[in-house]
Amino acid sequence: MSGATLSVSVWRGGGDGRFVEYKVPRRESQTVLDVITHIQRHLDPGLSYRFSCRVGVCGSCAMTVNGKARWTCRTHVSRVADDGRLRVEPLRNLAVVKDLAVDMTDFFDKWAKAKGAFAPTATRGDDFAAISPNDPKREQASAGIECIGCGVCYGTCDVVGWNPDYLGPAALNRAWTLVNDARDGAGAQRLKAVAGDGGCLGCHSQQGCVQSCPKHLNPTASIAGLKRTTALAALKGEL
Amino acid sequence: MSDARAETRLWLAQRISAAVLAVCVVVHLATMVAAVQGGLTTAEIVGRVGGNVGWLSFYGLFILAAAVHAPIGIRSVLSEMTQMSKERAGLLAGIFGLFLAVLGFRAVLGIYQLGGGG
Amino acid sequence: MKAGYRDHPAYWAFVLHRVSGVVLALFLPVHFYVLGLALDDASVLDGFLAWTESAPVAFAEAGLVVLLAAHLTGGLRLLAVEFLPWRDGQKSLIAIAGGVSLCAGLMFLLNAT
Repeated sequence: MSGATLSVSVWRGGGDGRFVEYKVPRRESQTVLDVITHIQRHLDPGLSYRFSCRVGVCGSCAMTVNGKARWTCRTHVSRVADDGRLRVEPLRNLAVVKDLAVDMTDFFDKWAKAKGAFAPTATRGDDFAAISPNDPKREQASAGIECIGCGVCYGTCDVVGWNPDYLGPAALNRAWTLVNDARDGAGAQRLKAVAGDGGCLGCHSQQGCVQSCPKHLNPTASIAGLKRTTALAALKGEL
Repeated sequence: MSDARAETRLWLAQRISAAVLAVCVVVHLATMVAAVQGGLTTAEIVGRVGGNVGWLSFYGLFILAAAVHAPIGIRSVLSEMTQMSKERAGLLAGIFGLFLAVLGFRAVLGIYQLGGGG
Repeated sequence: MKAGYRDHPAYWAFVLHRVSGVVLALFLPVHFYVLGLALDDASVLDGFLAWTESAPVAFAEAGLVVLLAAHLTGGLRLLAVEFLPWRDGQKSLIAIAGGVSLCAGLMFLLNAT
């Protein structure tokens, strides 16, 4: 492995930038983040990219590697560099700020639009809500709450690419966890928010999100749950 | 927002018509496999559907379900894969649906009457 | 690999469902129109039906049946994904099983011509 060289194509510039080639020494157990860091430290200090924990916990280093959205700190070069070539670009479906850094504004705006925030119904003075971990709704919620908002699913979803209003897998997944949270009080508004134009009904169950989520969450299943819930509400005249 | 309600109703209509079509298609394919043995003729079609309220009802339901299901699908395809807005795509799709229904009912009613149905 | 992120079964199932749907939607008015030929003059429709017995047309018809079967089984899979509790892997199985059985029906059809 050592002594060999990687040919790395990196996106430089804004939305109308171009790919620039770099030669990076290949090392054992190298990750794509290691490669990008090497370029910035030794070849071109002007390269802009995001990272933080570099151990697969924060999701900041999400980029498109050889066509797929991934966490670069958790992507071993040996697993993705077919014949010693790598292509690294910013996350899809989001405006490019510079090089490998994207503007996450739309992603988080849609989170808010989907009513992805908890609406409390109790106060400091009330006792704790007694919810069994085995409660089926709690299990549904728990299955989706590990999302850290990294944007990989959003940068994979074709519907996000086709429909600028589509809320996207992460926002809808979060909405579903709250729909199943017995303590939350914004149920009615949330259903309206996720059923509208760009809501859960736009999902075609392609499951690119399921394939790509580094935390192995299942937004397609969450969205299916939202579809059933909004359909039922519409039938009951509650929507 | 009525938009949310309307979209949800369309989604439901699509799924319900899909379920209806699933049954109709299986029946239709089975019928065709049986009917096509030894060649299909107009006389055979008229003989089966003509004057027969059962077949008329079946095909009537089939046409209706298709005239609901296909346009809703086409609307999605158009709005996602072209620059067309959802509204414009919906209008075109709606016209297509009406066109399908007219052609379909013309055919099935005509054949029913040809075979002595009134 | 430009679109490597699309390289998984559920994506191709989506493509098949969409393509088959569009083809079927375009076919339907033609189908209804042809049947309507019976109303004007039976011999016109009979002539058309005789023409459909030629090999290339029979193949095209078989192709349509396959697309119909694919759209149907794919659609059943989607109904399962949307309405039944989620189960990994089972979804593809539905489509495979259905596709195979309906392809068997298709073989029958081909034999009939």
